Amino acid sequence: MTADRPQAAAKKPSSPLREARAAFARNKAGVLGLVLLTLVVALAAIGPFVYPVDPFEIVSAPLTPPLHDAAVPLGSDYLGRDLLAGIVHGARVTLFVGGAAAAMTVTIGIVIGASAGYWGGRIDGLLMRLTEFFQVLPPLLFAMALVTLFTPSIPIIAFAIGLVSWPAMARLTRAEFLKIKPLGYVAATRSGGGGDGYLIWRVILPNAAPPLIVSAALVVGMAILFEAGLSFLGLGDPNVMSWGLIIGANREYIIDGWWTVTFPGFAVFVTVLGLSLIGDGLNDAFNPNLRER
Amino acid sequence: MTATPETPAAIRTEELEVRFPLRRRSPFAKPAVVHAVDGVSITVRRGTTFGIVGESGSGKTTTALAIMRLQEATGGRIWIDGEDITERDGPALRELRKRIQIIFQDPYSSLNPRRRVGAAVREPLDLIGIGDAAWRDRHVAELFERVGLQPEHMSLFPHQFSGGQRQRIGIARALATRPAIVVCDEPVSALDVAIQAQILNLMRELKQEFGLTYLFISHNLGIVQRICDEVAVMYLGRVVEQADRHTLFARPQHPYTKALIAAVPRVEPAGGTRSPVRSSAGEPPSPVDLPPGCRFASRCPLAQPRCHAEAPVLRAHAPGHQVACHLVD
Repeated sequence: MTADRPQAAAKKPSSPLREARAAFARNKAGVLGLVLLTLVVALAAIGPFVYPVDPFEIVSAPLTPPLHDAAVPLGSDYLGRDLLAGIVHGARVTLFVGGAAAAMTVTIGIVIGASAGYWGGRIDGLLMRLTEFFQVLPPLLFAMALVTLFTPSIPIIAFAIGLVSWPAMARLTRAEFLKIKPLGYVAATRSGGGGDGYLIWRVILPNAAPPLIVSAALVVGMAILFEAGLSFLGLGDPNVMSWGLIIGANREYIIDGWWTVTFPGFAVFVTVLGLSLIGDGLNDAFNPNLRER
Repeated sequence: MTATPETPAAIRTEELEVRFPLRRRSPFAKPAVVHAVDGVSITVRRGTTFGIVGESGSGKTTTALAIMRLQEATGGRIWIDGEDITERDGPALRELRKRIQIIFQDPYSSLNPRRRVGAAVREPLDLIGIGDAAWRDRHVAELFERVGLQPEHMSLFPHQFSGGQRQRIGIARALATRPAIVVCDEPVSALDVAIQAQILNLMRELKQEFGLTYLFISHNLGIVQRICDEVAVMYLGRVVEQADRHTLFARPQHPYTKALIAAVPRVEPAGGTRSPVRSSAGEPPSPVDLPPGCRFASRCPLAQPRCHAEAPVLRAHAPGHQVACHLVD
């Protein structure tokens, strides 16, 4: 029968990953997101060398509008500090908080979700009650309580954001594990001598990865917004320049100096937009039903 | 073909039982239990093909998975080649996996979509640690050829193959560790008819060549009649009748077996009248709240009051022919 004849021999080796990459490259919004994020990362990486102005130093009259003073191209804040320097130097901190909080979210979420989904039964019940406990806490209030409990510093802020964000990741991981675990290839691998660790990390997790990667990209964006929110409420680290800190410090001058909050706000917006577009692009790329479009 | 009485059976189970607890609907409800497999005792002689037939939910696949130690048995014992393996774990269980392998029903879900098929066939050799790297590569390439694929296919991914090809890969994977026993869980029921014949022929050749013992799970009586030496009919977790193929199909005794055989579709000559199909009316009862008597009583056309009160046991009807029915002597 023709259906059973090896028809695949002529095809060049392709892999699900390679196909997903090609699908992502065809997704204009996803590529735009990648470009935006690359710009922000480049700003964080080389910006401080190209523009080595101390963001805490008072260099002009307070609330100088943009394009009025060559020393402060984007204007100055309520103390006369250079806004451009703040945005350039704050990029690193903002990205660090986003990345660190997302890494923590993903780590806790995957370990708890994978254990619950794989072992099931009593372990599942216990871990899911724990997850629900964290889920019902109001995230912003809980993070505020954590940050005020310790001295506000960037690692503590990242830790607090990670601690309030993991439940959704854990539930998603668990759902994927519940879906994949009963499939034949898991039993086949066990029958071929695969132990629990091998099945969890090498068999189920790689197959569960696509939605988790998409979700992780969105968590980075969410963590950046969260940090901005905490800083806006005055709970950021006052000794480290971040975009949220600039917005928070200048919030009373929003009428007299619109630029003080608009430019750093725009930087947050561009970063989160980039991450969201990447997340959406990855989601579409991993979803074979949408590939034909 | 037949083993002498001294050689231990390839597979033997005694009162094998698998129960799944159900979540209680309220703290006051009594805990409900699904009796998926409820006291199955079978003996599979070396070098034979033993068929288990039954409808969906009869527990035939769960029986196979329990024998494979892929599903924990909640009761009874299992012997492979005369060794009690019911409680094996760790390295001893891994050692056992060399000798007993499985072919799954669904060729689409039984291959890891992210693994090249050559690596999938090689995986058991890597995990159990058989041979060195060069030998493994050679052995996998030979297996690919043996099951009708080409060694070049080894670097492809499962989605690049058709269902029949995938099942060939599944067979190659099952044979990689050179097992003596292969459990076949409906190996062809997901394939179209023309491919079914090819795969069954391949399995028959491999059995001859490697001296395999098959435990063949199926709901298709036509296939069972073609390839099995001995057949057990399961209904709701129990074996209701067991005999060699000829006896079972020529002289079925249990009303359920009779109904199953009567329901096998046959090709009628054109214009001929179709005989009305005598099938068992209705659905089997829920395996959660089982009736006290014979499990088939609610669907049985011959049921007597006794059938509803007292469960029949599987006993010898003739040499090599066992039936669990009050109405059969």
